[in-house]
Amino acid sequence: MTSATRAAPPAGSDRRAAASDGALETTRAFFRDATAIAEVELRKVARDPTEILTRAVQPTLWLLVFGQVFTRTRAIPTGSLSYLAFMAPGVLAQSVLFSAIFYGIAVIWERDLGIVQKLLVSPSPRASLVFGKAVSAGVRALTQGIIIMVLAYFLDVPLHLDPLRLAGLALAVLLGAALFSTFSFVIACLVKTRERFMGIGQVLTMPLFFASNAIYPITIMPHWLQIIARVNPLTYLVNALRALMVQGGTSPVGLPVDFAVLAVVFVLLIALGARLYPGIIQ
Amino acid sequence: MNTAATDRFAIYTSELTRQFGQLTAVDHIDLRVPYGQIFGLLGANGAGKSTVIKMLTTLLSPTSGTAEVGGFDIIKSPGEVRRRIGYVSQLVSADGALTGYENLRLSAKLYGLTKAERDERIADALDFMGLADSAHKLVKTFSGGMIRRLELAQAMLHRPAILFLDEPTLGLDPVARRVVWDRLLDLRHDYGMTVLITTHDMEEAGELCDRLAIMHSGRIAAEGSPDELRHQVGPDATLDEVFAHFGAGTIDEGGRYRDVRNARRTASRLG
Repeated sequence: MTSATRAAPPAGSDRRAAASDGALETTRAFFRDATAIAEVELRKVARDPTEILTRAVQPTLWLLVFGQVFTRTRAIPTGSLSYLAFMAPGVLAQSVLFSAIFYGIAVIWERDLGIVQKLLVSPSPRASLVFGKAVSAGVRALTQGIIIMVLAYFLDVPLHLDPLRLAGLALAVLLGAALFSTFSFVIACLVKTRERFMGIGQVLTMPLFFASNAIYPITIMPHWLQIIARVNPLTYLVNALRALMVQGGTSPVGLPVDFAVLAVVFVLLIALGARLYPGIIQ
Repeated sequence: MNTAATDRFAIYTSELTRQFGQLTAVDHIDLRVPYGQIFGLLGANGAGKSTVIKMLTTLLSPTSGTAEVGGFDIIKSPGEVRRRIGYVSQLVSADGALTGYENLRLSAKLYGLTKAERDERIADALDFMGLADSAHKLVKTFSGGMIRRLELAQAMLHRPAILFLDEPTLGLDPVARRVVWDRLLDLRHDYGMTVLITTHDMEEAGELCDRLAIMHSGRIAAEGSPDELRHQVGPDATLDEVFAHFGAGTIDEGGRYRDVRNARRTASRLG
C-alpha cells in the first residue's frame, strides 16, 4: 500500500506506461485485460444458465433423429466409421458454429447500452477486449461439447476418452467457438444494427454448415462445392474434432494443419475486429 | 506535445471539426479549459456537444483540426489521453447484469490498478458514493441515482486528471441530481480534477460550472462565466434566457434521431 508508484495520480496507469521491459509488460496487460473481460462474461452466463440448456436441444435432435435415420439408409460413404460416428463431431462443430455466429449481437446491444463506450475509453488495447470476449465464447462452447459427448456416449458412438485427446478436443472446441464468435463480432461492427445483423447471421449459417464436411465427406461433393469447403474454416474444425473425438476418425490434412488454419484465421479476425470495434459507436 | 501555451490547459482544441456526410456537427471550434475548472458545454439537442466529447475522449476521430487533452494530442497519442481521462457517457454504461462491485473491479483491472490499489480504491469509492450496502446487488436493481453514482465511481478509480460527463443528471429526480452535483464538487475539491460536462439543464450549469460555452449548430455561440453570460443578455437575465438567446435553434434542428432516441432511453432506464 505504501509503494512509491502510488504517490501521484494516475498511479496505476503510469506504471503501465513506464514499465522498462515494454514488450513483456504489454503482453501481460493484454492477457490481464482479456481475462478480466472473459471473467465478467462468464459470470453473466453462470447467473443465467438457461441459455446453455436451450442450446443443447438442436444438436440432440440432429444426433437422435437425423443421425439415427441416415445410419440406417447407409446412403453416405463414411469408410470404416458408422454414419453416426462420422456425424457426431460434425454436430458438435455445428453446435459451436450456430451459437457463436449470433454472438456479435451482444456488441450491438452493449453499444446501445453504453458499455462499449466505457470499454473503448479505457487504455486497454482493443485487441485485448475482443480477445477476451472470444475466450468467453470459447469457454461457453465447452458446455455444449460436454453435452454432445455424453449424448454420443449413450448412442454407442465409439469415443476416444483418453485425457490427451479430450484436452485436444476441448482446445479445438474453444478455438472454433472463439473463431466464429469473432467472425460474428466483425460482422456486427460492420452492419451495426440488430435487424441487419440477424438477417446476415441467418444467411451465413446454413451455407457455412452445408459447405463443410460436417455431415458428409468432401469427396462426394460436386467440384465447385469442394473448393468452397476447402476454404471454409468449419471444415478444419470438423477435421480436428473427428480425429480427436471418435475411434477410427482421421483428419485428411492432419491435425497440425487443422489447428494451424484455425489459429491463423482466428488471429486475423481478432486483428480485424480490434480495428473495426471503435466504428460501431459512430 | 507540451508547449508553454497549452500547458495551462487541460483541454485545448484547434479548429476541431467533425462532419457526418453533409452535416457539419462540430465546426472549427477552439475550446480552452484550464486545469481545475468545471466547464459546462451547453446547447440544444444536435448542437454538437456529444460529438465534441466523443472526439476529446478519442471515441471519434475529427474530420479536421485536433485537440490536446491532458497535454497529449488526441490523434497522435490517443492511448496517453485515455490513461488521463474518465468518461461517463449519456447512456447507461454500468452493466446491469453485474453487481456494483463487479463493475468497479472490471474498470480497475482495465486501467491496470494493482490488487492492493484496486481493493482500497473500490472500498473508498463505494463508501464515498454511498453504495457500500448495495455493492453486491445486481446493477439492474439499482435506482437511477445509484447507477449514476456507480458510473462516476467507475470513471474515478484510476484518478483521472480530466473527467468528461455527458448529461450526467439526465432523467434523475431532483434529490438524486443534487447528490450527483455534491459528489462532483467533492471530487474537484479533493483531487483538483478538471471536469467537462454537457447539459441542457440551466440549473445544473449555474450551480456547478465555473465557465460555460454555449454551442449552436456546431459552433461556440458564447463563452464565459455564468454571470458574464447573464450580463451579456440583460441586467436581470436568467440562464434560461441566456440559453434561449445564444443556443436555441428553430424547431427543425431537433438533433439526430439516434441521439434523441438514446436520450429518451437513458431517461426511462434511470427514472
